[in-house]
Amino acid sequence: MNNFIPAKFRPVLFLLLLYAGLIVLPHFLKYHQQDFLIFLTINILVVVSYRLVTLTGEWSLIHAVMMGVGAYTSALISKNFDISFWITLPLAGVMAGLVALLLSYPLFRMTQFYFLIGSFAAGEAIRLSWIQFIKPFGGTGGTSAIPSPELMNIDFLEPIPYFYLVLIVVSICVYLLYRIENSRIGLTLHAVHWKGVLAESVGVNTWNYRTLAFVIGSLFVGIAGALKVHYIGTVAPKQFDIGFMVFILIWVIVGGYRTFYGAIIGAVVLSVLDEILRGVEQLRPAIYGATLIFFILYLPGGLESLPQKIKQKFRANRESAT
Amino acid sequence: MTPILEVKHLTMRFGGLLAVDDVSFSVNEGEIRGLIGPNGAGKSTTFKMIAGFLSPTSGDVLFRSNNITNQRPSRIASAGVVRTFQETTLFQELSVFENVLIGTHKQAHTNIISAVLGLDRQMQNEAIEATTEVLEFMGLAERKNQLAAELPLGLQRALAVAISLAAKPSLLLMDEPFAGMNPEETRHMMELTERVRESGISIVLVEHNMKAVMGLCDRLVVLNFGTVLDDGTPDQVRHNPNVIQAYLGGG
Ligand SMILES: Nc1ncnc2c1ncn2[C@@H]1O[C@H](COP(=O)(O)OP(=O)(O)OP(=O)(O)O)[C@@H](O)[C@H]1O
Ligand SMILES: [Mg+2]
Repeated sequence: MNNFIPAKFRPVLFLLLLYAGLIVLPHFLKYHQQDFLIFLTINILVVVSYRLVTLTGEWSLIHAVMMGVGAYTSALISKNFDISFWITLPLAGVMAGLVALLLSYPLFRMTQFYFLIGSFAAGEAIRLSWIQFIKPFGGTGGTSAIPSPELMNIDFLEPIPYFYLVLIVVSICVYLLYRIENSRIGLTLHAVHWKGVLAESVGVNTWNYRTLAFVIGSLFVGIAGALKVHYIGTVAPKQFDIGFMVFILIWVIVGGYRTFYGAIIGAVVLSVLDEILRGVEQLRPAIYGATLIFFILYLPGGLESLPQKIKQKFRANRESAT
Repeated sequence: MTPILEVKHLTMRFGGLLAVDDVSFSVNEGEIRGLIGPNGAGKSTTFKMIAGFLSPTSGDVLFRSNNITNQRPSRIASAGVVRTFQETTLFQELSVFENVLIGTHKQAHTNIISAVLGLDRQMQNEAIEATTEVLEFMGLAERKNQLAAELPLGLQRALAVAISLAAKPSLLLMDEPFAGMNPEETRHMMELTERVRESGISIVLVEHNMKAVMGLCDRLVVLNFGTVLDDGTPDQVRHNPNVIQAYLGGG
């Protein structure tokens, strides 16, 4: 059956089916499941943008806070200055990118473990400012009554229209990130990761490329942050704390970081699992933790490596049978 | 004609150790210049200072009369001075082809807008062509889809040279390119080095393989304990009693 469709068209067909499915899906879901779908779609942009940052080999702990920078930017500007969501959405990205650019000077003087800790510290400094400076950020409780987008007569307070909005924005952003990774720039980022000195020796300014990945990744997660808070209507420091950062890490590790789609698989599978476990509230953290340990021990390549593993297993079985 | 490279009073101190001590020499356009000396003489350290990987304690490096001392390695490489590494240094996880493709950075680097919109396609295709040419020149074309880590040692050394050639240097600093090569590979590599020079690239060669050094180099600098012991043609140097003493004494 597979042979009827030329290999070239298979990805196109896959995407067509996927989007057809995504367009009808929310109509079959309950209210809270529609919310879940919206947040999951936003989280896909979160992990894919994080992937760009990690391409140079640096695992930062500031990504969640960068999402918050975008969220606060868009929320406060649209609320206080009565500026349209359609303008504050890109501004959220620009602001997160700028903050990343500023932070890159101190942060990229560190590498590996020190970078990890440094990025965490910088992130906490930003996050605690949101708590300390009640004006304009709103303190621990954050800020609410964030206006929702306006376009013709569409009611973006309803989950289904907002889901379509999120689907379009996230699709465009993920596509752009995909293009970047598969361009010359993506190749150079890999080079910086695997052997920085060798890359330098042929003219790659490794500092600039690390900064580039950090700034662009932050820009896109800033957009994700704006998408999130304009739906909830509230922005608060708690939404972007280290707990959420740990979720990002778990999604990426469990999904796998060798390929572009690994992190997406991780976010989808674990979020759906989490949603299924909704009934057994007390067990959720334990099951999450156990899943992570299981994956690190038995499937270090992540979910993305599963088809390969199964194929190998089958082949091994067949060989031992003959 | 002014030399392509001038090294002036270059000094590197590591704590109490003077690894390179007031070293001066120059390299002429189109020349293969040897830099030899016993282990620990300061050859690699000199290379690292020229290529910007180490900041000299004092002294200057002039490339085509421009002072390039203390510039960032990537900037020096973009100007045309490219080094290879003594320890085999490759993108082990990437294919042979990708390794060399990364080497074409200078001609193919792009900005994010062009990359996303695909406006740089022409440039990227040229980089792919250049990569294919270098691979053929180095005899690696048939291996291009293999992972760099899977190559035998001799070919890994060849790949390292291929990466640096893809960067289209005017001056190539080769740190022991013949290490780990069998006699057959060494002979082949010598031929290639000669052809690189004929293509207009000046070379500084650090090498312990005396057959290669004597066969290839126009002039030699001999270092010993960080200082210049002799500077002259292979024949002159070979008959200098101090040089003989340094090599025998050093084991
Ligand atoms: N980063 C460093 N810190 C301290 N000492 C160093 C450092 N790099 C090199 N040295 C010392 O400087 C001296 C010169 O080292 P260098 O690597 O330049 O020698 P070399 O001539 O390349 O030797 P070989 O032929 O063994 O490669 C050695 O004594 C070495 O131990
Ligand atoms: Mg050396």
